[in-house]
Amino acid sequence: MDLLRFITAGSVDDGKSTLIGRLLYDSKNILIDQLEALEKSTKNRTDGSVDLALLTDGLRAEREQGITIDVAYRYFTTPKRKFIIADAPGHVQYTRNMITGASNASLIIVLVDARQGVVEQTRRHSIIASLLKIPHVVVAINKMDLVEYSQDVFNNIVIDYAEVAKQLGLKNVTYIPISALNGDNIVDRSEIIDWYDGKPLLEFLEEVDTAHDIDLDNARFQVQFVIRPQTEELHDYRGYAGKIISGIYKRGDKVKVLPAGLETTISKLEVGGQEVEEVFAPQAAVIQLADDIDISRGDAIVKTEDTPVVSNELEVLLCWLDDKPLQAGNKYYLQHNSRLVRAVVKSIEYKLDVNTLQQQPVEGGVKLNEVVKATIRTASPLVYDPYDQFVVNGSAILVDETSNSTVAAVLLQ
Amino acid sequence: MSKYHLDYLEQLEAESIHIFREVAAQFERPALLFSGGKDSITMVHLAKKAFAPGKIPFPLVHIDTGHNFPEALEFRDWLAKEVNATLVVRKVEDTIQQKNLTEPRGKFPSRNWLQTYTLLDTIEEFKFDACIGGARRDEEKARAKERIFSVRDEFGQWNPKLQRPELWNIYNGRIHKGENVRVFPISNWTELDIWNYIRKENIDLPSIYFAHERQVIEHEGQLVAISEFVQPDASDVVLTKQVRYRTVGDMTCTAAVESTAANLDEVINEIIATRISERGETRIDDKVTEAAMEDRKKNGYF
Repeated sequence: MDLLRFITAGSVDDGKSTLIGRLLYDSKNILIDQLEALEKSTKNRTDGSVDLALLTDGLRAEREQGITIDVAYRYFTTPKRKFIIADAPGHVQYTRNMITGASNASLIIVLVDARQGVVEQTRRHSIIASLLKIPHVVVAINKMDLVEYSQDVFNNIVIDYAEVAKQLGLKNVTYIPISALNGDNIVDRSEIIDWYDGKPLLEFLEEVDTAHDIDLDNARFQVQFVIRPQTEELHDYRGYAGKIISGIYKRGDKVKVLPAGLETTISKLEVGGQEVEEVFAPQAAVIQLADDIDISRGDAIVKTEDTPVVSNELEVLLCWLDDKPLQAGNKYYLQHNSRLVRAVVKSIEYKLDVNTLQQQPVEGGVKLNEVVKATIRTASPLVYDPYDQFVVNGSAILVDETSNSTVAAVLLQ
Repeated sequence: MSKYHLDYLEQLEAESIHIFREVAAQFERPALLFSGGKDSITMVHLAKKAFAPGKIPFPLVHIDTGHNFPEALEFRDWLAKEVNATLVVRKVEDTIQQKNLTEPRGKFPSRNWLQTYTLLDTIEEFKFDACIGGARRDEEKARAKERIFSVRDEFGQWNPKLQRPELWNIYNGRIHKGENVRVFPISNWTELDIWNYIRKENIDLPSIYFAHERQVIEHEGQLVAISEFVQPDASDVVLTKQVRYRTVGDMTCTAAVESTAANLDEVINEIIATRISERGETRIDDKVTEAAMEDRKKNGYF
């Protein structure tokens, strides 16, 4: 059984809560205290129906204060897969929330109200999905019951969205007509939507092929922590612990340590204390090297024949996540996986309109939820790949030196 | 399936190990909050794997309410020795004396919420800057929204409105003096994931997780063990039942589940069966409610 992380994107009335509630309820993954709440609400209804939106109900503090605390994570399991849903609220601070939730997702469900069709919100969500390179897109055309399950309505939305997808370069787009409220095409195939011959949503989620989402060709590794037991029997042991970001490493591989540029070979590989012949992404491993080289946290170990970019002048897309605006010349910490370096935002070239993708001039500072193209210089070089080619090694964050907040998502170009 | 493939438990394990290593690297004085339950035992197992062949580079900290199951305490001491970890125990009893706190009363006197005082004192005493906890996001609504690295002020408070965005697998652990970070490496695990992992890795658990005979009284549909902390009234009927515990907390407020499950396979089957009876039906039977109560009990600690 494997694991699929996905995010649901929809605006306030698209039925997102009902859809998530329906997935949890129909796949029989309701938590106990949620069932209690459901039972109460059902008792108050004469028709015995269940308010599925209750399953994703917020905290009491949120309801009382009318605030929304960004992303909630929800879990369900079927015999085929374990699922982790990042449920990002649809209104306040949407971009910030969606980026947080989407950064780990390998699939996005874009909800479209069948009565509204492709609207500004749909475009906005899709642009973020394309910026973040989410590998799989499901366009769930919801509320089909309110358009009399019309195939024409569905087809027209598919035509409209295909245009958006083409513009954004979104691949792997799947369209499913659903009614979250009535359960059509969620877990079971809808009997009413008989003109649709694709899979219902859950079946699609269970079967979508994610095996190729992890890059096994280009080997990338960054040192997180140096293990030096310094005991009698392990006196000279020096292991570099970290996550295999991508690719496969084998004992005897010729490797280069970056940014220093020193070459050596892998002498031993371990996973969970057990020696192994090879390690692969996304395993947490320990690498030992043949030569005694000075290596510390944040250094990269890559294969000599396939090296990433090494530079301290960075072209980036920044998604600004903080209330305090960004001005050119501001200094921050930049964190790329485990590597923390000082950085200055040298210049801001343009702002990207997340509704139209048009480039616009930046006036004043960069505000919360804005996406800009910028240039960053770091105090010491970064070892990375362009985000577009290699999401896992092309992403970073900016941290405010004084507040310690995470203020930006950085997509390295 | 390619041989370069991790199943869901291996992926969860890799993610947790990554988090443990980030804590060890980013903080000067981390600690693992050890409650004695299956979640913290699983965390110790993960930490051991994260730093092998070295030892776990932080102490196990137990905030002892004084109401623990003797089996759990015995297991705690054994486990610390087994993994060669430093064990720090601080007692709620001592905090009550020093601070002149009011001891909870009643038939089931819970010191659960008093733990917070002892915990904050312990953080101050050792200047811990990161406390690793075993809370999971599937436990309840608030947890579902909390970050893996959760910054706390000097009162240990979580401010849900000021959470840092947590992007990709990049963890920002920078804090000001006096603040500390609660880290939850098993955030993305569910109860069933934990049990399946315990089975897969053959992790030892205290005996009270498996069916055994115990003298209990029934209280509002729940089975509570008789102990030096819980004594029967004249109205109570003392029963001898075959039970196990689903969570391990204080003897005063942890209820037992009637069960014949003597090994991991049987426990997991019972849990799956409970979930099935939960599913699809809107009527909740007593057993399910009882389980929910137990699950909720855990909140106090963090």
